[in-house]
Amino acid sequence: MFRYISYILLLLFAGLTLTPLFWIISTALQAPSVVLAFPPNLIPSPASLINFIHLFNGSQILTWMSNSLIVTLTVTLSNVLLGTLAGYTLAKKRFPGRQAIFWMVISLMFIPTQLTIIPLYALIVKLDWINTYMALIVPILIMPFSIFLMKQFLQTLPTELIEAARLDGCGEWGVFQRVILPLAKPGMGVLGIFTFMGVWNEFLWPLIVINRSSMMTLQIGLNTLQNQYYTDYGLLMAGAAVSALPMIIIFLIFQPYFVRSITIGALKG
Amino acid sequence: MIQAILKERWAYLFLILPLILFAVFNFLPMAATILLGFADYFPGGQPIWSGLRNYSYALSDDLFWKALGITMIYTGGVVPASLVISLFLAYVIFGLKTSWAQAIFKSAFYIPVVTSGAILSLVWLWLFNPARGLLNYILSLVGLGPFLWTSDPQMALPSLMFMAIIGGHGAAIVLLTAAMGSIPSSYYEAARLDGASSWRQYWEITLPLLKPTLLYLLVTSTIVSFQVFTQVLMMTSGGPNYETTTLVYLIYVDAFEYFDFGKAAAEATLLSVGLACIAVLQYKWLSTDIEY
Repeated sequence: MFRYISYILLLLFAGLTLTPLFWIISTALQAPSVVLAFPPNLIPSPASLINFIHLFNGSQILTWMSNSLIVTLTVTLSNVLLGTLAGYTLAKKRFPGRQAIFWMVISLMFIPTQLTIIPLYALIVKLDWINTYMALIVPILIMPFSIFLMKQFLQTLPTELIEAARLDGCGEWGVFQRVILPLAKPGMGVLGIFTFMGVWNEFLWPLIVINRSSMMTLQIGLNTLQNQYYTDYGLLMAGAAVSALPMIIIFLIFQPYFVRSITIGALKG
Repeated sequence: MIQAILKERWAYLFLILPLILFAVFNFLPMAATILLGFADYFPGGQPIWSGLRNYSYALSDDLFWKALGITMIYTGGVVPASLVISLFLAYVIFGLKTSWAQAIFKSAFYIPVVTSGAILSLVWLWLFNPARGLLNYILSLVGLGPFLWTSDPQMALPSLMFMAIIGGHGAAIVLLTAAMGSIPSSYYEAARLDGASSWRQYWEITLPLLKPTLLYLLVTSTIVSFQVFTQVLMMTSGGPNYETTTLVYLIYVDAFEYFDFGKAAAEATLLSVGLACIAVLQYKWLSTDIEY
C-alpha cells in the first residue's frame, strides 16, 4: 500500500518538475492567435513554427547564441587545461607551499560572488573591457573548483606510473603530456561538462558588464526580449526553448559525466 | 629551502598562471570590497575614507532588515522542504527494481538543474500569469483562484518559494541515491534477521548513515538559497512593495542602479560574514563522526 502511494507521488512530482519544460515547448509551437487562449491549448493544434521565425528574424538571437558559444567554449577549454595542470601539480608533486596553495584554492571556492563583484566591475571599467569578450572570459579563465576537482580525480592515480615514466627519460612536461593527460581524460570530461553548463547559464556577471545588445549572451538577451515584447509569450517561449534545448541535449548525451561531477564535487577535500 | 624550491621549479611553473589570475580577479577584489565598505565611493570618483558610516547607514536602513527577513523566510522555507522532498524521492527511486527506471527518474529531476535560472524565470512568469496562465487554469478546475501570484504583495514571495521547491532536486537525488548505494547490505540483512520492519530499517540505518550527505546538502543549499537573485530580478524586480527584495538583490540595486559602491560593499561584506557563520554553525551543531 505504502509502496503504491509513494510511486504515485513520485510520478506526480516528476510530472510537476517537467511541467515548465513541457509548457515552454507547447507554448513555443502555438500560433500567435491561440497563445493567449483560455482555457489554454495543452497540445498545440495546429502546431506552428511562426514564433521561431519571428524570433530568428526579429531579434539578435543568433548573435547572442554565438556570443554564448564563444565565451563558453573558451572558458571551458582554459579551465580544463589549467585545471588539469594545476590539479596534477597539487595531487602528485611535493614542494614547499603545496598545502598552503591547496587550502587557498579550497577557501576561494567558498567566497560568494557578491564579495568580489563590485571592485571587479570597477576593474573592468578601468581596463575599458565593458561590452567585450575579455570581460566575460578573462576573470574566469581558471576557477578554483576546476583545480579542486582535477586534484581529487588525479590523486587516485598510482604515483609509480609517474616514476616509471621518469625512469624512461621523460621530462616534467613529457610526464604530464604522455602519462597524466591520457589518464586524466575522464576527469577532464567531467570538468568540461560542468564548466560548460555553469558558464552557459551564467546570468549576473554578463548582466553587469554587457549592455550592448550585439555583445549579449543568450541568458541576458532573453531578458531583453521580455522587456521588448512583454506580452508575446509565444516568442518568449521560443527563445527559452532555443536556449534550453542545447543544454538538455548535452545533458542527455553526457549524463554519466554530470553524475560524476556532482559526486566528486561533494567529496571532502 | 631555496634548493627545494629550485628543484621543484616545474611545480611553480605549472601553478603560476592560476595563481596570478586568482590574485587579480579574486583576492584583490575581495580585499577591495572589504576596504570599500569603509569608504564613500561612486564610479569615476575617488574613494574617500568614511569609517563606519556605510555600516551604520546599511544597518539603520529598514530595507536592509526587511531584505534580511525576506531572505531568511525564503531560505527557511525552501531548504527544509526541498531536503525532505529530495530525501523522499531519492528513497523511492533507490527502491525501484530496474536500473533503467531509476535512470529515467534521475534524469527527469535533473533536467531543471541544467536549465538556466533565466529560462526558468521566464516560463514560471508565464505559468503564473494571472489572466492566461496554466496554473490559474488548473486551479480554476477545482474552483480556486484566480490568484495574482507574483503581482500580489502577499503571494509574491511564496510564489518564488513554490517555484524553487518544485525545481531543483536533481543534484540532491543523485547524491542521496549514491550514498544509499554505498551503505553495506549486510546492515540491512542483520536488521531483517532481528525482525526490524522496513520503516524501522529506514530510521535506524539509512537515515543516520545519510547524515554526512544530508549535512553537505543542507549547508550548500542554504548558501545557494541565501543568494537567490535571478528569479527576483527577472520576475518581480524585488516588488511588489519590496516584498521580494532579497539581500543579493538589494546589493545589486545599491551597486548597479544607485552606484553607491561603498554601501553595497558594506552590505556584501555583512552578507558574506553571515553566510560563513551559518555554514560553520550548521557544521558544528549537526556534524558527527560517522564513517562507513
